[in-house]
Amino acid sequence: MSYSKPELKAQYGNYIGGKFVPPVNGKYFDANSPVDNKLLTKIPRSDADDIDMAVKAGYDAFETWGKTSVTERSAVLNKIADAIDANAEKLAIVEVWNNGKPVRETINADLPLLADHFRYFAGVIRGESGTVADLGGDLVSQEVHEPLGVVGQIIAWNFPLLLAAWKVAPAIAAGNCVVLKPAEQTPVSILILMEILADIVPAGVINVVNGFGIEAGKPLATHPGVRKMGFTGETTTGKLIMQYASENIIPVTLELGGKSPNIFMESIMDADDAFFDKAIEGLVLFAFNNGEVCTCPSRALIQESIYDKFIARVLERVKAIKMGDPLDESTMMGAQASNDQYQKILNYIQIGKDEGAEVLTGGGKFDNPVHPDGFYIQPTVFKGHNKMRVFQEEIFGPVLSVTTFKDEDEAMEIANDTIYGLGAGIWTRDVHQLHKFQRGLEAGRIWSNCYHAYPAHASFGGYKLSGIGKETHMMMLNAYRHTKNILTSYDQNKLGFF
Amino acid sequence: MKTKRISSTKATDELIDRLRKARNNKELMFHQSGGCCDGSAPMCYEVGEFMVGSRDIKLGEIHGCEFFMAPEQFEYQKNTHLMIDVTEGRGSSFSIEIPLGLRFMAVSRLYTDEEFKNLEDI
Repeated sequence: MSYSKPELKAQYGNYIGGKFVPPVNGKYFDANSPVDNKLLTKIPRSDADDIDMAVKAGYDAFETWGKTSVTERSAVLNKIADAIDANAEKLAIVEVWNNGKPVRETINADLPLLADHFRYFAGVIRGESGTVADLGGDLVSQEVHEPLGVVGQIIAWNFPLLLAAWKVAPAIAAGNCVVLKPAEQTPVSILILMEILADIVPAGVINVVNGFGIEAGKPLATHPGVRKMGFTGETTTGKLIMQYASENIIPVTLELGGKSPNIFMESIMDADDAFFDKAIEGLVLFAFNNGEVCTCPSRALIQESIYDKFIARVLERVKAIKMGDPLDESTMMGAQASNDQYQKILNYIQIGKDEGAEVLTGGGKFDNPVHPDGFYIQPTVFKGHNKMRVFQEEIFGPVLSVTTFKDEDEAMEIANDTIYGLGAGIWTRDVHQLHKFQRGLEAGRIWSNCYHAYPAHASFGGYKLSGIGKETHMMMLNAYRHTKNILTSYDQNKLGFF
Repeated sequence: MKTKRISSTKATDELIDRLRKARNNKELMFHQSGGCCDGSAPMCYEVGEFMVGSRDIKLGEIHGCEFFMAPEQFEYQKNTHLMIDVTEGRGSSFSIEIPLGLRFMAVSRLYTDEEFKNLEDI
């Protein structure tokens, strides 16, 4: 089954204070689809004036939303989730045109996870509370939570809706109001979501301002009213966000990517069973979301003793990846999100070849007969060694670098020899070995006999240069609120100092 | 003559001129990013916008702009020359050419053995 192009307006406004409003400067930019490199719609090219208006709208709403009971806030988040479910197919198709990913992923992964993240935070805020400590005598200490105010969030283009949910859901659940700046490559889907949510979310609680980093992102990150910045992106901009945050002394959460190892121990081939089949898929997941995932398992480490047999089975599966129209449900890989991304990936494929890595499959662009002007690249597997650039630098495309190891120690050494530490995968039938890697790998998420699962109730965040702070899991609520200590003395008598 | 670690195409030099002109000839600089999404790409800023790290490596200059990289990234790319080119496309990030619908990009090539022995000091 294939889906047709969604009907979109010729242009959209910013979503501020519960309404779509044109940018103050009247400027727009073209949002092209990576599916066919043709115009989708026009999007505001906002600047500091729009950001200022959005922050003000956020504070107008915060007066009420910050004091709204968790019962009511939870009800709003549940209604958001219900509205997403009710409009899932529409949103899934818009997301394909917005980002280029295949519709079978938006329908089966992006959209269900999007709804679930709102439902999760609707649930956990009902079940948690501050703490009270009896400090002895007549002194009682209470730790209570209070929202920060208006928070700024800048997100990436690889999961335009889902990353918005990762940041927005906990922020508003904690009682904050949000000013969100989507990525300029993929600004459309979140606006369609806001159309759907207009009657559900109180005006000003979620504000969306589109534009370019230096023109709209900087005024957001430096706005004196913004109490926290959440950012998903790359390292240099991550550093810049921290520098901006130092102007107003506000906290940041940064999610900055990785070069995640996926380790396959020899015991996976002890039987040719369902688990082995799962392990093969676990490796091929490098092609999930066209490889545009911060935690893409882009380095496969395979034990020497099984390499020949295992890689043969893996390559069979990689070669079976069906490319074509992303709107066709049987298509497994779609378009890369933008032309510059497409060019960069092709550059890296060339670097891999130049450095002497062996191309096991793929190795170039894919000429898509359905969309000849879109940005399509073949799933590519290199064999080489861990010091090569294609093993060390995040390519953010469907490019896997494979190497081998002799034993556990060598696997651990190669896996941790990276400047990043966002995710890692370990595949083995040996529970003792599993444990050794779970604790020895330097990364924020260790997928153990699985990969690319993103449940809301599991924390996500990087070690090393992969970032600061956590996303998902209820612990994230504390990244979006103050802890206030209330210390009460029930003693009638003075201290005696004065 | 020593081998340069960084170079630029004519399109890059012209874009740098265009960006300078639009900013009353303010000086510009580059910092090579790593990591997610828009990473592994050169970021262009006005001098003073981005605080260069005290350990960052200066690879050289292109068209009068200093070009820096984090030392951890330099470790893995020191055997490759970077040529900064321009492509059409919509990058995100805070790099100043993005509103023009253009994006600086780094095209890498391995040094020859002879070039590698004769690299400019950093």
